[in-house]
Amino acid sequence: MTPRARAVGVAAALAVALALPLFVSNFRLFQFTQVAVYAIALLGLNVLTGYNGQISLGHGAFYALGAYTTAIMIDKWDVPYPLTIVTAGLLCLVVGFLFGIPALRLEGLYLALATFALALAIPQILKYFEHWTGGSQGIVLSKPNAPWGLRLSPDQWLYFFTLAVLVALFALARNLLMGRTGRAIVAIRDNAIAAQAMGVNTALYKSLTFGVSAAYTGVAGGLSAIVIAFVAPDAFNVFLSITFLTGIVIGGLASISGAIFGALFIQFVPNWAQDISKAAPWAIYGIFLIGFMYVMPFGIAGAVRLALARLGRRGTAARA
Amino acid sequence: MEVFFQQVVSGLATGGIYGSVALALVMIYQATDVVNYAQGEMAMFSTYIAWTLLDKGVPYWWAFVLTLVISFAGGVLLERIVIRPVENKPILTIVIVCIGLLVILNSMAGWIYSYIQKPFPSPFPPKPIMLGTVVFGAHDLGAIGVTLVVLAFLYAFFRFTTLGLAMRAAAQNPVSSRLCGIRVGWMLAIGWGLASMVGAVAGMMVAPIVFLDPNMMAGILIYAFASATLGGFTSPGGAVLGGLIVGVIENLVGTYVHFIGTELKLTVALALILVVLVFKPSGLFGRAAVHRV
Repeated sequence: MTPRARAVGVAAALAVALALPLFVSNFRLFQFTQVAVYAIALLGLNVLTGYNGQISLGHGAFYALGAYTTAIMIDKWDVPYPLTIVTAGLLCLVVGFLFGIPALRLEGLYLALATFALALAIPQILKYFEHWTGGSQGIVLSKPNAPWGLRLSPDQWLYFFTLAVLVALFALARNLLMGRTGRAIVAIRDNAIAAQAMGVNTALYKSLTFGVSAAYTGVAGGLSAIVIAFVAPDAFNVFLSITFLTGIVIGGLASISGAIFGALFIQFVPNWAQDISKAAPWAIYGIFLIGFMYVMPFGIAGAVRLALARLGRRGTAARA
Repeated sequence: MEVFFQQVVSGLATGGIYGSVALALVMIYQATDVVNYAQGEMAMFSTYIAWTLLDKGVPYWWAFVLTLVISFAGGVLLERIVIRPVENKPILTIVIVCIGLLVILNSMAGWIYSYIQKPFPSPFPPKPIMLGTVVFGAHDLGAIGVTLVVLAFLYAFFRFTTLGLAMRAAAQNPVSSRLCGIRVGWMLAIGWGLASMVGAVAGMMVAPIVFLDPNMMAGILIYAFASATLGGFTSPGGAVLGGLIVGVIENLVGTYVHFIGTELKLTVALALILVVLVFKPSGLFGRAAVHRV
């Protein structure tokens, strides 16, 4: 795809996203805000798993950490919510980096299992520190109103707010991945030994990638706490982490746009499955999962790339 | 001291169950190089098949053998139909297909048999065995015994038969194996069949303790993963031992470390496993992976 075509594509997607609140109800808009939140989390996981090749089944833990950081700061200390999201991101950056150091010794399956343990432990730990987290009851927040006297409903304002965070973080990730750092990250995935021989500090880059990935997921978690206005331990169970992994594989590994496709899938397909069969909705969801993987083994982004390449080739052939 | 021994014994009992599911996981991993996330649900479905047979009045051990045969066939069919189309695709694609299989099996079982818990009979006498003051459940001992028998069979199969050798070769180096005339695709299918059988045994041993329902394996699968990781994914014996260790640690921590109690015992068990992994990245008994540069 030429840079110009790509720019047109991004502009069109943004235009649709900005116009969306004009056409859909507050509830639908809330769902799309969720999509944006998931997309940020998936991008974070994709940086780690797709670009750097470290499989994590524990990103739900960082999502939970972000969500609770935000919720506790708002609930206990009345901190303005944009600030809490920055804090959530920074905290997850540090925790992710620190977790990334022992994780350096683990590969593939064992890393997946170690992170899986993290995801499993989270609901129990959250319930244990009841004084801070409110135990199983969780913490109830109130949705913020639009600032500067804007005439938007809270749902609409949160949609635009989340969208702004999403655009900023996606631009940041793109710059990170397209440059020298990004090449180092990908080189480690493709051949760690060769990368090291070329002078890449493998250990530093791998732990840093873990930190950045966790930070993205933490920001998403913080946003989710504000958007849903409620956090409770059981929302952050193992299935959340598995859903994230599903999202990046369905969306497309090592692809920035894949995060958005994946987020749309994990938000809407379970609902469709419910509509198709009330008796066994998860069976339908499973069939969707397997079907997608048969038809598009490289995810939706991979399929789109392939389709565009075919169309492009036909276009040039016709002109020649 | 009595409390200590009693806790160790009941830890071994639950640990035996974790170990048997871990064994099934390790089997499929060795034979196919894939971790099968649907393993627990396959075992659960097999147990429902056994329940149906028993419900129709088939004697226990006949039902047991029949279930094993059906499970083997089912495992082979699943591999041929569901997994084969993505056989050479990226590993994460296969993982997602397995997760798809997991939710389908779980949902189907709920749909066919309902989510109501069903009692499942044990083949062992209900009378507990006393040794001094320590109580052994007959079923717990029997379950551990059955797991060890399965382990011995598998060891013999992989070590002493041509088919077992061919399966190991196919998993380790598919290309060279094909050149030697091994039908790699079918070896994978047989691997799934065997793992499904081992899972069925585990399911039938678990069901009398936790009752039969579509979600019965979810919790156990998590412990089985932990056990297999602890023991090492390349070592069947390690997986069983890992299961026993996890079971005992979990029980002792829950009993003796009071500020932890029962709420955080899973967390502590997992933290211990993480510590082990940091020092032994391939598990206690696993071989370190060797890469060609």
